[in-house]
Amino acid sequence: MPSVSQTPPPHSMPDLAARQRAMARAGEATSDELRAALARTGAVTEAQDLRPTETGLVMVRGRIGGDGRAFNAGEATVTRAAVRLPGGETGFAYHLGRDRVRARLAAILDAHWQRPEARPALEAALDAIAGRRAEAVRQAARKTAATRVNFFTLARGED
Amino acid sequence: MYVAVKGGEAAIDNAHRLLAEVRRGDPAVPELTVAQIREQMRLLVDRVMTEGSLYDPDLAALALKQARGDVVEAVFLVRAYRTTLPRFGATEPLDTGGMTLARRISATFKDLPGGQVLGPTFDYTHRLVDFALEDGADPAPAAEAKPEADAAACPRVTDLLGQAGLLEPSPPDEGAPVGDLTREPVDYPADRALRLQGLARGDEGFILALGYSTQRGYGRTHPFVGEIRVGAVELEFTPEELGFPVSLGTVDLTECQMINQFHGSGAVPPQFTRGYGLVFGQGERKAMAMALVDRSLRAAELGEAVVVPAQDQEFVLAHCDSLQATGFVEHMKLPHYVDFQAELELVRRLRAEHAALAAEPVQDDPTLREAAE
Repeated sequence: MPSVSQTPPPHSMPDLAARQRAMARAGEATSDELRAALARTGAVTEAQDLRPTETGLVMVRGRIGGDGRAFNAGEATVTRAAVRLPGGETGFAYHLGRDRVRARLAAILDAHWQRPEARPALEAALDAIAGRRAEAVRQAARKTAATRVNFFTLARGED
Repeated sequence: MYVAVKGGEAAIDNAHRLLAEVRRGDPAVPELTVAQIREQMRLLVDRVMTEGSLYDPDLAALALKQARGDVVEAVFLVRAYRTTLPRFGATEPLDTGGMTLARRISATFKDLPGGQVLGPTFDYTHRLVDFALEDGADPAPAAEAKPEADAAACPRVTDLLGQAGLLEPSPPDEGAPVGDLTREPVDYPADRALRLQGLARGDEGFILALGYSTQRGYGRTHPFVGEIRVGAVELEFTPEELGFPVSLGTVDLTECQMINQFHGSGAVPPQFTRGYGLVFGQGERKAMAMALVDRSLRAAELGEAVVVPAQDQEFVLAHCDSLQATGFVEHMKLPHYVDFQAELELVRRLRAEHAALAAEPVQDDPTLREAAE
């Protein structure tokens, strides 16, 4: 099995912030959405595992008082995948939960995203996924907003 | 101690088969799905995640199904599962200031930037049993309103008050290693970070009772709820092979900022002190109780006498874990035949000696008396 450390160091990666954003958005997608996104680019979903897709733990850190010293709040399950395409691009995914199929698809998407010719189609697919999610968040925000308290003060006293 | 006892294998197998059947209940009633538990018993799922110290709603729901709804048993299953997994590392410290709020209230400040939003709460309900739920009718859709402009950024209340110097600041992050009680046994005195880890996974009933005791006078700290916020926070993790942080997704959390009686010294003018609570999911009762006990456990640091249970670190941390507590209490069920046989022999001998002494009341043999004591 090839070593995981074959990934180029971050400074040589183009558009690090854009890649982080794409990985985050892929993390919000369902397996079906990821499959559909890959299919749109005509990208093969064949990839070699750099490391078997596996579920493990991360320790979730909080901060005392919300903004102070770090403390260990408890763990969370995380599933990670690391793949390499026939062209040599490596892709990764780290997702909360235990869905290995989804994590592996997201890692394949991350690898394809690094191919400039595949990127626009994948970005368009991720836009659609993000749009679906944003609508759900917007609706939840509207329901929350309806429970906002509007205080009013009753006048009392002599003046 | 307990000793190995042979026999009973068939009885144990059959007891577990019976357990599986009883767990299922009346076969004429449809079986619960894990998704139903996750969606409709959400606060129970949140409690199992918090006390199991593992964020995974589906796993907690499954554990509850397997445990027939027994919280401590479900916590046991979740904790056992986590021991089978490798740990990839620790997340970047999460930012509750960036929470997507589902609820946010303050009992100390009426007018907050971002406002007070009640969200889904039992508060102000009449606590009358709703028999309409028996029929399973769909609820009326929730009301909607346009979020106000200031709802986009809701600073923590403590950050607002802290700016005026009225509130003690949070202990600064100086990059010190973060203690982990799942990796090393706790040494006392334990630092506040370690105490918060213990309180976060502690039994809700135990922490609640201790918090309550501080309000009733056993370690009075005169608390106010500065803020409770419930909502989703993004987690970031930096994998070694990537060297840059990636988003893992979001977790639902409840945070409680308790504001407590003033404290001052020659060097520091009087200011409010603080207690902090943070739990998985929606768990206000637990987060509030945790914040009360966090503050009372700071007694020594703040120059208060340590006289009551809620101020005693070792008493609190060594007894707050429901799994440890149940392990030691429930192991008493297991065969103790040899231990008890030894005790029985001793009592019989002492009784015989006692009877012999009673027959000869004049004699007073100090060696026999010692043995009886």
